[in-house]
Amino acid sequence: MKVGLFIPCYVDQFYPNAAIATLQLLEKLGVDVTYPANQTCCGQPMANSGFEHLTGGCNTLFMANFKEFDYIVAPSGSCVLHIKEHIHTSNHEDDKNISGKIYELTEFLTDVLKVTNLTANFPFKVGLHQSCHGQRGLHISQMSELVEAPFSKPQTLLNMVQNIEMIDLKRKDECCGFGGTFCVTEEAVSAKMGKDRVLDHENNGAEYITGVDLSCLMHMEGILKRKNSKTKVIHIAEILNAS
Amino acid sequence: MSSRAQILAAVLANQPTILPMPAFQPFSPTGENSFDKFVATAKGIGSSVYFLSGIAQVKQLIYTNFSAGRIISPIEELSDVAEFDFADLDAHTLEDVELGVFKAHFGVAENSALWVTEDLLGKRVSPFICQHLMLLVNKTDILQNMHQAYDRIGAANYDFGTFIAGPSKTADIEQSLVLGAHGPRSLAVVILD
Amino acid sequence: MIQELKDHATLADDFNKDEDRVGWHDDTLWWIREKRDKIAWQVPDWELLRDAASNIKDHVLSNLNPYLLQFEANAIANGITVHWAADAAGHNQIVLNILREKEINKLVKSKSMLTEECHLNDFLADNGVDVIDSDLGERIVQLAEEPPSHIVLPCIHKKKEEIGALFHKHLGTPEGNSDPQLLTEAARHHLRETFLSRKATVTGINFAVAETGEFVICTNEGNADMGAHLADVHIACMGIEKIIPERKDLGVFLRLLARSATGQPITTYSSHFKKPRENQEMHIILVDNGRTKQLGREDFRNSLKCIRCGACMNTCPVYRRSGGHSYHYAITGPIGAILAPNLDMEKYSDLPFASTLCGSCTNVCPVKIDIHQQLYKWRQVIVQNGYAPKAKELSMKMMAFTLSSPFVYHTAGKMGRAVLKYAPFTVNNSFNPWYKQRDMPEVPSASFGEWYKKNRN
Repeated sequence: MKVGLFIPCYVDQFYPNAAIATLQLLEKLGVDVTYPANQTCCGQPMANSGFEHLTGGCNTLFMANFKEFDYIVAPSGSCVLHIKEHIHTSNHEDDKNISGKIYELTEFLTDVLKVTNLTANFPFKVGLHQSCHGQRGLHISQMSELVEAPFSKPQTLLNMVQNIEMIDLKRKDECCGFGGTFCVTEEAVSAKMGKDRVLDHENNGAEYITGVDLSCLMHMEGILKRKNSKTKVIHIAEILNAS
Repeated sequence: MSSRAQILAAVLANQPTILPMPAFQPFSPTGENSFDKFVATAKGIGSSVYFLSGIAQVKQLIYTNFSAGRIISPIEELSDVAEFDFADLDAHTLEDVELGVFKAHFGVAENSALWVTEDLLGKRVSPFICQHLMLLVNKTDILQNMHQAYDRIGAANYDFGTFIAGPSKTADIEQSLVLGAHGPRSLAVVILD
Repeated sequence: MIQELKDHATLADDFNKDEDRVGWHDDTLWWIREKRDKIAWQVPDWELLRDAASNIKDHVLSNLNPYLLQFEANAIANGITVHWAADAAGHNQIVLNILREKEINKLVKSKSMLTEECHLNDFLADNGVDVIDSDLGERIVQLAEEPPSHIVLPCIHKKKEEIGALFHKHLGTPEGNSDPQLLTEAARHHLRETFLSRKATVTGINFAVAETGEFVICTNEGNADMGAHLADVHIACMGIEKIIPERKDLGVFLRLLARSATGQPITTYSSHFKKPRENQEMHIILVDNGRTKQLGREDFRNSLKCIRCGACMNTCPVYRRSGGHSYHYAITGPIGAILAPNLDMEKYSDLPFASTLCGSCTNVCPVKIDIHQQLYKWRQVIVQNGYAPKAKELSMKMMAFTLSSPFVYHTAGKMGRAVLKYAPFTVNNSFNPWYKQRDMPEVPSASFGEWYKKNRN
């Protein structure tokens, strides 16, 4: 099984530690994983702004980088969802093929690798942020709006971590307000959403906020830092890989 | 072209290939006792519920709770305690009615709604314009849900019918629930054995 | 109205000047969302019901022409006069003509989002007809000379003290008293006089049954019934999409509507109007106003399934923090944002962007409209039609250029993470709105790509 590691642009540039943790975790689990050097971005920032027609270059590049792998794994629900739903190249069969084999990290661990135990240790109080695209888009966990049996792939994995203490939230899956370019075009609402989300974690004693998407975490980190909060953000890969 | 022709032509031109009407789903029963559910739901939305065994007890209930004021009811057995012949009056003259007492065809457990039609009301406005409302329903006429309700209604030929669930209410001011918006301030549901 | 010149972001920015109030607005609506969740969980077949409602509506939209004809024929046979209006102006003129023929210049009206969409009140006022809205929330915003901010809860943006002041001014309630019980009682007396004196009423329609020609109106207050059963003339207005095939389909929709809207098991009144009263005139106006156009838009057609429950507003984290007026359209919130551009793509080009695409709206929708997917699609259509701001277009082109080329991307990255300039969270940043309330991420010494090259090859 050959796995292509897809590291979204802002993770590559700003959060290399999350990418390293993802790589090391997959290696630890015996996965033959490679990072194609010529990758850049999934094209989502343009597409969500209404410029999907400008994403042809990103799509072609993505196809060239990842076509040959059995699976594509990324530490981001949002970018994975974008590729799954919106990759359009000249070859529809190739597009379908990519959509079928791309996985967000935690769903890859639970659904493909069927991981049942981890050696990780993380002795902190942690709040799980359910990023919308992973949750409502990829269905990696049950959604509070639906009358369905509860499940959560990220939570299942966090439960395998030693000494971790998960906190409960008042609103367990409300959006943080990042929203791509929304975070600057609708600055007031975006920031208010972020402040409210962060406060829920702080009020419930979280030392760390974790999640599957660094875009959300970056937004919340910006707010936490501005208010000199003791609460930090950390990508879930870094917890699952912590020793 | 008339608006009618124009709209119908545009609809025809733009409606997609026909999609099938879904087969009616056999929605599963709640497993709860319909009667208990009905009572709990009625109380939950602000109705009071009485279990009585006959019209004499209904009269007693009326005496006890409504000693003064105008009372109307198209139920003949109540004609000694309530105004019976009001169907031919102008609707506006009912504005000072304190209590209206009517029979309901049936009640629905899942929402405590009671189905009444014009022929049971004397006038359409009567269950809305009175200050207080009393609806009588037979214990055997409590259905489980709205699907059963419409099965029961079937092709009935009413001119006007309404489901009534609780007193008239509003929460438009800061979501504070206030009973008695425009219609009755209270609903007494009488379940007859 | 001045505010129509401002876009959603600007209006939301205004709304957010009072952060405590935003918190209050958000909490109030979230509470309703929680009530909705609680009651949905009490219905074992909730998701099946949503499927059924969605499928019935899909079927209706695919067979709308015959259903409209069937409904019309049955309504006429029931003694109702049926009118057709191609647009808002046509609708308003029909209402006025009916009133003029009867020499009526005073009207009581219950809630109808269609009449809001058509700006009926303004039109009638301009033509000398006095209109009083009888839904309490609508009466409040009418006295405040504002549009409703929510389709189910018209004055959810108003604090009780503000309502108390309005009622003191207009209805003579004691100054400084804002007790909801007292204010509601004052409105009850004021509107009772209205109901008793007005000879004509306008109502909306929640469902129109093709099979029987009857229509159903749902209220909690009983205001539609008080108006309709006391007036000589009842004019009921509906969009052409309100049709359902059979009476028994009401079982599905009435189970969903109030639970989705306010977390109630059903509205207090679900009134079925089949025939006019003796000596009463009953009219139905079937209105298009862009609906046939939307029906022809494959990607946006199913927005016409909407039953106006408002659940998407209550759950929308943006709506809750920007207020209904920020949508500058009669139907607010996520559903408004996918309906409005159909009517005027330029004027409402901002609305599909007023969302994080979180998808919660789609999940609560009782008729399963894929609202957030349509928001995404409207964005593409709006940009393709040239309604994107020029600065945004340029920055998007620069971003696409950078991200399409590994060389440019890596070079930009090496230059002190200069990609920051084009990063999703700082695009179009002449003055960097990110930094106003948020710190920037710390810039690492090396990208992952650089680390990988050093450590794994």
